[in-house]
Amino acid sequence: MSAASESRSFRFPRIPISAWIGLIVSGLFLFAAIFAPWVAPFGNAQIVGDVWEPISGAHWLGTDNLGRDLLSRMIFGARTTITIAAAATVLSFGLGSVLGFTAAVIGGWFDQLLSRGVDLLMSIPTLIFALVVLSVLPGTMLILILVMGILDATRVYRLARAVAVDINVMDFVEAAKLRGEGRIWVIFREILPNALSPLVAELGLRFIFAVLFLSALSFLGLGVQPPAADWGAMVKENKEGIVFGIPAALIPAAAISILAISVNLVADWVLNRTSDLKGGRGNG
Amino acid sequence: MGSPVLKLVAQRVALGVLLLFAVSVLIFAGTQILPGDVAQSILGQAATPQALANLRAQLGLNDPAYVRYFRWLAGLLHGDLGHALSNGQDIATSVGDRLKNTLFLAFWAAIVAVPLAITLGLIAVRHKDGFIDKLISATTLATISLPEFFIGYVLIYYVAVYLQWFPSVSTVYDGMSFADRMRAIALPATTLTLVVLAHMMRMTRAAILNVMQSAYIETAELKGLSPFEIIRRHAFPNAIAPIVNVVMLNLAYLVVGVVVVEVIFVYPGMGQYLVDHVAKRDIPVVQACGIIFAAVYICLNIIADIASILSNPRLRHPK
Amino acid sequence: MARTEGKTSKTGKLLEIHNLRIEATVYPPGGDPENVVIVDDVSLTLEPGKVLGLIGESGAGKSTVGLSSMGYGRGGVRITGGKVILNGRDILKDRPGLRKLRGNEVCYVAQSAAAAFNPAHRLMRQVVEASVKHGVCSRAEAERRAVALFRELSLPDPEHIGERFPHQVSGGQLQRVMTAMALCSQPDLIVFDEPTTALDVTTQIDVLAAIKKAIRDTGVAALYITHDLAVVAQVSDDIMVLRHGKKVEYGATQQIIGEPKEEYTRALVSVHHIAHEEKKPAPQPLLLVKNVTASYGGGTVKVLKNVSVDINAGQTLAVVGESGSGKSTLARAITGLLPPSEGSISFEGRTLPPRLAGRSKEDLRQLQMIYQMADVAMNPRQTVGTIIGRPLQFYFGMRGRERKERVLELLDKIEMGKGFLDRYPAELSGGQKQRVCIARSLAAKPKLIICDEVTSALDPLVANGILKLLLELQKEENVAYLFITHDLATVKSIADSIAVMYRGEVVRYGPKSEVLKPPFDAYTDLLLSSVPQMQVGWLEKAISGRRMEAAGN
Repeated sequence: MSAASESRSFRFPRIPISAWIGLIVSGLFLFAAIFAPWVAPFGNAQIVGDVWEPISGAHWLGTDNLGRDLLSRMIFGARTTITIAAAATVLSFGLGSVLGFTAAVIGGWFDQLLSRGVDLLMSIPTLIFALVVLSVLPGTMLILILVMGILDATRVYRLARAVAVDINVMDFVEAAKLRGEGRIWVIFREILPNALSPLVAELGLRFIFAVLFLSALSFLGLGVQPPAADWGAMVKENKEGIVFGIPAALIPAAAISILAISVNLVADWVLNRTSDLKGGRGNG
Repeated sequence: MGSPVLKLVAQRVALGVLLLFAVSVLIFAGTQILPGDVAQSILGQAATPQALANLRAQLGLNDPAYVRYFRWLAGLLHGDLGHALSNGQDIATSVGDRLKNTLFLAFWAAIVAVPLAITLGLIAVRHKDGFIDKLISATTLATISLPEFFIGYVLIYYVAVYLQWFPSVSTVYDGMSFADRMRAIALPATTLTLVVLAHMMRMTRAAILNVMQSAYIETAELKGLSPFEIIRRHAFPNAIAPIVNVVMLNLAYLVVGVVVVEVIFVYPGMGQYLVDHVAKRDIPVVQACGIIFAAVYICLNIIADIASILSNPRLRHPK
Repeated sequence: MARTEGKTSKTGKLLEIHNLRIEATVYPPGGDPENVVIVDDVSLTLEPGKVLGLIGESGAGKSTVGLSSMGYGRGGVRITGGKVILNGRDILKDRPGLRKLRGNEVCYVAQSAAAAFNPAHRLMRQVVEASVKHGVCSRAEAERRAVALFRELSLPDPEHIGERFPHQVSGGQLQRVMTAMALCSQPDLIVFDEPTTALDVTTQIDVLAAIKKAIRDTGVAALYITHDLAVVAQVSDDIMVLRHGKKVEYGATQQIIGEPKEEYTRALVSVHHIAHEEKKPAPQPLLLVKNVTASYGGGTVKVLKNVSVDINAGQTLAVVGESGSGKSTLARAITGLLPPSEGSISFEGRTLPPRLAGRSKEDLRQLQMIYQMADVAMNPRQTVGTIIGRPLQFYFGMRGRERKERVLELLDKIEMGKGFLDRYPAELSGGQKQRVCIARSLAAKPKLIICDEVTSALDPLVANGILKLLLELQKEENVAYLFITHDLATVKSIADSIAVMYRGEVVRYGPKSEVLKPPFDAYTDLLLSSVPQMQVGWLEKAISGRRMEAAGN
């Protein structure tokens, strides 16, 4: 096929419009999160007006249940939400993929022990288990990250192990073993480069899950504790207004949705791009 | 029905029971990692040492953890879930009504969601790669990303507050007429449906596509069968197991989604009950609710597995 | 039996294809969709009761041409030009009518019957489905006919085999049931799409004979699609050779295999002729396999039973057998991947540790391996340069320029230029991939290379090139081969000694000339007589002279 010769000349990867939208919107949220104190017009806890003021020139998104500027709180909330979700994702990824790879390559009792443990953890719905644990532990940022990261690591573990097991039985890995290569070479030079693409796509999905999970916990009042607030907690703060026709709670809820959709669009594109390529260049 | 199938099913059920025991250990252990103890958290920091000691003795906290676990487990097996710390009520009595409410809500959400998801999945497969398929795919991709409370509050804001079609708070009580009850759960059931619909539809589509791409479907096509006959005679018998699997997995997901939805609509179910008592650090209630949710979840997963065992002709008709 | 009367066109032709053109849209990853022409300007005619063989390598478009007679395009291919006239009607003009034609006038037999049967239904229900659907006859009548066909195709227990499910029947039998399914509705034409390719040779010959008999007895016409010229020569009246979607040569079977006109056809006909002189056995063997027994699952399944063979330096031992004979397991035992439970393996006079982990780097270097599927034998994320260079670095510590020069030298040996240095495996053709694998094993400067079915995934001409290369390299490097194959034709062209394996045991072993000289044992006789020969009438002779039932059944 002519694709072989074509792919030899370097081409800028074609990015579909949906992925562009996803990239730009996610970038925007990230920017707001990083530069929150400089971007936000008011302070996070600063009371600047009446309770639930409507949208105006002074307060672009109105004010919240205590009369704080909603836009400013949204921007600071982005910081909290993205920081905790990202940290939990990094933790779940690091833990899940390292253990998954090791289990696949070593096999035997190590694999059995880990895999059965993960089966057990996954047989309890994540939210329920988190609620059980949070009933005794304080809702600090560190605890949240640990609970979310460890519970979600089970999913990453399953994926990483499955991918690595598939690659581990391929002839090129056997060829490396027959050559006499050590375990480190086999994991890092033969298996890892081939397992990267599915894992990268999964990274986006796990981040979305972390954002939604954190928001749910905070919404239930068990996540981020006041006065700090992530978007889920802001929905909780303003939810009483809904029945009076005040839409303030919908704004953080919509922000969560938009962030999740944007990352999903990017992840979907990465997934499609990597699933139909067997290897070679252009999709490291 | 051959014996290997019975054996496999029995194995699966036994595994489920074993898993349930393991889960009970895990849930019990999960509530023991508290730095302080229950007595302290009930009485607060100002409690006198004497009062603490009395309460500890009363609650049996001086026994080692495993003794308390087996006492709790024995209670569970006799249907005794203990008493709530916060108000001293019998948990089993409180849970009874709430569990009924939750199952009522989940049942009606499932009644709407399952046929809808399968129909949409079939439509997407029928028009694969066409406009309708892409539209459905894009919509579901977006829906998957929506948190339950976004869907819930948008519905409350527009349908309950603005249009005033349904109540914004789903109050249910004993002696309520069926019609009133349905009216009360209309919005939470819709929210739950929307939450699971996307997942279920995507997975159904993938399951049917997988079957439709098999060589025997081509054989049927080359026999001159009509599309309807191909689906009814050749695709359906093979697609039913994966679809049942999809449905069960999503019902399990629905059971969890119920927690947030009940809080949004202030619906008196298990989820609301659990969340309230997590905030109060009322550990016996949390343990009881946790084990009930886990049991429902595990049962649905077992049903999914058994369905796929039963529908596999290789297992039903061994060589 | 066939209802040809009154349905054929005035010209007396059953099927006429004129200037057929078939296109498809492909979606290269990351690029724009492209239109590719799969079949270009192909014409053929078929008279009632005749058999036309369509032959070509993978990608020649032979299945696509065959399916066009049913107006069917697999995987979104489109018939964009030409006419397909069946029984006097242009079937492409009558799209809704296609459904009445499929399974009625034209039936299809797929390559993999195991996948083509619905796993959820009993065989009989599927066999009679088309007849009942098209109202050819009642269900009871169709079932009677199916049983008669099962008997005709020499299936065991013809009365009751229809009550079984597909997974309860062996591959060779399933292929015959599928033929019965095609014949059941008494079609005018059957499209056979590589019906015997997935089968072992000894099973293939039975299925082939059954198909041929059924075609003769029912008077049905057939399009017989295959990549194996020797197979098609047994069943067809005419042969069309296809390449890259175009016609190469079209004529009577005798003419095509006897006096081919085109260069490509000549190459296909003479593909198995490689001159190779048998070498004399040396007094001191390089590798000595002594009474090796090995099993999977902790001794429960014995896959090798008391196997003893040896290989001389610079010579080739071919291990021949069908699936399940244990030939690949022998390779795993020798490499240490599956340590034998009994027996020993010695190399250059010293006994090798049974486990891979126990062997020295030098032992590993001396013994290299080449795999059947070249595309999974190379890491898709490494370039050709890295793949060939790694053993150089690993065994000899070569780096930088020295290593690169040696890699280029090796590329030159396998007849590939330095332009391939930076290519990834996905950018190579099947034959090129296998060459790179050969270069990788040569880089270690081994004394022995185990070749596990290295040519069976390749098209015949490409496979031929690989075999010639291997022989040449043997002369240059004095390397020995342990050549594992199911293909006796390959064995004849490259082996010095042969071991025939059957159910985990070596049933015949010795220098090539002796192994291939009668009198044979029953299994070797069966195996040898099952290899299709490039001559008309071979099948009948082979069947009549057989002394043992096919191993697969």
